[in-house]
Amino acid sequence: MSTEEHRQHVIASSVYVVIWATLMVLTAITVFASFIELGELNIVLALTIATIKATLVVLFFMHLFYSSKLTKVTVIAAIFFLFLLLALSMTDYLTRSWATYPAH
Amino acid sequence: MATSDIEIAEHNLQHHFADMDQQRETSTFGMWLFLVTEIMFFGGLFCAYLVYRATYYRAFVEGSQTMNIWLGATNTAALICSSLTMALGVRCAQTDNRKLMTILLIVTMLFGLVFLGIKAIEYHEHWTHHQFPGPNFSFPEAEANGVNPQNVQIYFSLYWAMTGLHALHMIIGVGLVLWITIAGARGLYSADYYAPVENVGLYWHFVDLVWIYLFPLLYLISKKHSG
Repeated sequence: MSTEEHRQHVIASSVYVVIWATLMVLTAITVFASFIELGELNIVLALTIATIKATLVVLFFMHLFYSSKLTKVTVIAAIFFLFLLLALSMTDYLTRSWATYPAH
Repeated sequence: MATSDIEIAEHNLQHHFADMDQQRETSTFGMWLFLVTEIMFFGGLFCAYLVYRATYYRAFVEGSQTMNIWLGATNTAALICSSLTMALGVRCAQTDNRKLMTILLIVTMLFGLVFLGIKAIEYHEHWTHHQFPGPNFSFPEAEANGVNPQNVQIYFSLYWAMTGLHALHMIIGVGLVLWITIAGARGLYSADYYAPVENVGLYWHFVDLVWIYLFPLLYLISKKHSG
């Protein structure tokens, strides 16, 4: 009974350590970037770094990079629906001040 | 494969699965489906955050000034370190290294407890400064800067709700890791059967993931007192 070829992909320890080091460096960058006044770009930079970190965690710590297509599609669908929730809500709230209504 | 491993594998194969691989993939897929519901669960709070931040940006800046960035950054680092030890712990389960797995899982719990300890210090600080939403809420700095304290209260409502829900997940996570540590030390897992370790790992990383977004959104809004 040999199930070696079917077993889940075992990622080298060094990969995990490299991902960890990258996450730590990105955390340091995001903290120091917050002390520089960039105006609107502050939040864009912070969320970009957070998304890079999240992607690394999902792909490698959570093994999505090596997972089945079914799992990948499921995660992509989740992100899509989260985006839908946030984006459609904001199309309402952010545009309320655009229109002017006649006084009743 | 050692005889005992085959016994463990056969003992753990439920009758409605064809083989161990199908069983493991099914359980991991189920865990991902659960995490999808968790994403939408936290997503509602993130959406509320987005709406109120867009509406009361200056109040959010005021509120975020009370956050200790260094405690928040230390907690972020603690969670990232715990994710590394968790990932390596799962790897030990995959490679049948029981002793190292037990050590790594204990270290994971310790990092988790460090996070919760620092969070408790922060909560205590906010509580004693009346920065908890409710009748005793007070934020005198707001009026000096021309911001309605009621709107700062919205920031703190979201702060407590989001970090509180996250902390609850951390407490549950530590409990789950304790469970697989004990089960792992008793030799219930092998390279052919370690789905609980893998799935608790997925949960742990997900909780880390939520914090990766909470930290910049709640602590690092702006260092400048201006809208």
